[in-house]
Amino acid sequence: MVMNRKLLLGDEAIALGAINAGLSGVYAYPGTPSTEITEFIQGNALARQRGLHSRWCTNEKTAMEAALGMSYAGKRALVCMKHVGMNVCADAFVNAAVTGVNGGVVVLAADDPSMHSSQNEQDSRFYGKFALIPVFEPSNQQECYDMVAQAFDLSEALKLPVMMRVVTRLAHSRAAVVIGDARDVNPLNPDTGKHWVLLPAIARRQYQSLIDKQVSICQAAEQAAVVETPAEGCKLGVVACGIAYNYVKECRMSHPVLKISQYPIPKETIRKFAVQCEALLVVEDGQPFVEEQIPGLLGADYRVKGRLTGDLPRTGELTPDSVALALGVSEVATLPAAQNLAARPPQLCQGCGHRDVYAALNEVLDDYSGARVFGDIGCYTLGALPPFQSLDSTVDMGASITMAKGAADAGVFPAVAVIGDSTFTHSGMTGLLDAVNENANIVVVISDNLTTGMTGGQDSAGTNKFEAICLGLGVPAEHVRVVVPLPKNMPEITRIIREEIEYKGVSVIIPRRECMQTLQRKLRQKK
Amino acid sequence: MKKDIILCGVGGQGILSIATIIGQAAVEAGLNLKQAEVHGMSQRGGDVQSNLRLSDEPICSDLIPHGAADLIISMEPMEALRYVTYLNADSWVITSSLPFRNIPNYPDEDVLMGEVRALPHVIMQDIEVLAKENNMPKSANVILLGMASTHLDILSADQLRAAIAKVFVAKGEKVVETNLQAFDLGLSLGQN
Repeated sequence: MVMNRKLLLGDEAIALGAINAGLSGVYAYPGTPSTEITEFIQGNALARQRGLHSRWCTNEKTAMEAALGMSYAGKRALVCMKHVGMNVCADAFVNAAVTGVNGGVVVLAADDPSMHSSQNEQDSRFYGKFALIPVFEPSNQQECYDMVAQAFDLSEALKLPVMMRVVTRLAHSRAAVVIGDARDVNPLNPDTGKHWVLLPAIARRQYQSLIDKQVSICQAAEQAAVVETPAEGCKLGVVACGIAYNYVKECRMSHPVLKISQYPIPKETIRKFAVQCEALLVVEDGQPFVEEQIPGLLGADYRVKGRLTGDLPRTGELTPDSVALALGVSEVATLPAAQNLAARPPQLCQGCGHRDVYAALNEVLDDYSGARVFGDIGCYTLGALPPFQSLDSTVDMGASITMAKGAADAGVFPAVAVIGDSTFTHSGMTGLLDAVNENANIVVVISDNLTTGMTGGQDSAGTNKFEAICLGLGVPAEHVRVVVPLPKNMPEITRIIREEIEYKGVSVIIPRRECMQTLQRKLRQKK
Repeated sequence: MKKDIILCGVGGQGILSIATIIGQAAVEAGLNLKQAEVHGMSQRGGDVQSNLRLSDEPICSDLIPHGAADLIISMEPMEALRYVTYLNADSWVITSSLPFRNIPNYPDEDVLMGEVRALPHVIMQDIEVLAKENNMPKSANVILLGMASTHLDILSADQLRAAIAKVFVAKGEKVVETNLQAFDLGLSLGQN
């Protein structure tokens, strides 16, 4: 029999694994490094033939909740997001462990250690532990494919959502994957149980039931742990989690290795492994999740090395080099570092409408010494860098509007928010309502490029609806202004910005022009 | 046998197309392959690189360790320099000589070129000019691949040609033909 092998990104392997595991719907908001999972499902022939749900959601919380609804109806659902998306969906995520599920639910969190495209290094395994559910962590593309099916099976066996965690280097790395056959989707079979109604009396029962399931969850994790070389009297044992396992193997050392690919941490396996070694080195990408739990397991006197002890770097992603150093591999001779190097940070595309927005803002705000501009998450965050240097803050999705409001409350004038169209519908609308209800003195710039640009041009939930949304939230019609951000319109744009700064209340300016990337893609497709 | 390759350049220069061709050839040849790519923010005009590992044995790490890369294939001369610590004394650098200046503090060109030329094993050509002179303005990256192919000896030139044909087949016969010419042009430059 010829094996069906495909060259796939880790993300794509997860996507195909989910389709072949009988998925009925993926629910997601784009976010690096998770975006390609949903994109793959959108483009997959079998997914189309089966009519799988794969449209983008407004944010991670709506995604998580819709997936839960699909599960309620008996079908399998996948929720995908970047790590910080977990913060957005946390309410639904944590409570989904209490309601339990009907059809299998897998929550995929793609972490970004080293912050290649992110604002923090939070490790999603903590969320899994917090919600008391199983977490899978694949080490390679094949495991990405295989584990999705295992995760759905475990989810349906335990009647709980299951998390799967990957990191950037696995999500965005390609390798050959052996593909199996696709199984059927679940039939429509809505749940009739009252466990979905989390009134306190029911929630208490459900929470107890979740606690009771911990024994099985722990057993499953113990069974998934693999001890590679029986240790017995060796100096250093290596505990390797997920992708870190590859870096350990790259060193080709003879240390015994305990490979962890499922959580909660397999306590019994670690204990047995540890008594055979004099010390442990914990190698895990992200935060020291396992390393922190080991003293409670082995006692404070047992020697554990890792990110907390400085044997591995405390921040940033692991590399084969940092792991080799921690394992005592002798350094390899390399060419010396080059002298004539300059950093080349990313920048806004030539011709991008965000450029014109910042040029206009800078021109007007030069006349206001107290001006502060609160930014948000997207391509336009690059407006914080030279040549524009227009932004004073960037924190999380939607924070531009609410921070501008808080600053205005405190007396900052002018307080300006700059937010993209997709970020506005993701998390900006509710903040705008707060501002309207108090008639806060802010100017909100919704820089609308008709797409979710930063992640490569996915559909944006609010396209063609922004004026209606702002009016509906109560922004006065005469203070919802639409402009076309082009250099030739600079006099008009700067005039409107000035007028709205001088208006004492909430105003919204919508500079609207299509993203250069999506425009060029459309032109290429037309050819 | 193994080949560890760092592909680099500036976001939008087409390094991922080179990776796709080599990857296609490697899969056809039955080699193991891992290719770590950069997506997201840095694709917007920032420095981008891809770690491409080929081997007839299983490959562990998705990332290439320092000192282990056999080859840098770069669409831009300063970007080639950024990764030289991944090389050892036997490694090769195959690079375009045309600076991509989208930053104010780009190094002095003569000094930069001097440093590139001083590397132990370098092939450097102005592939953009060659592409224009030879009527293949969009195939500079494939010229570069041709230049590198002698040092990509885990794959034969014919295997790479077959991969080019397969990767570009959807764009029509003319595009395939142009890219095969670009490859052969690069190959002849790499051998001299």
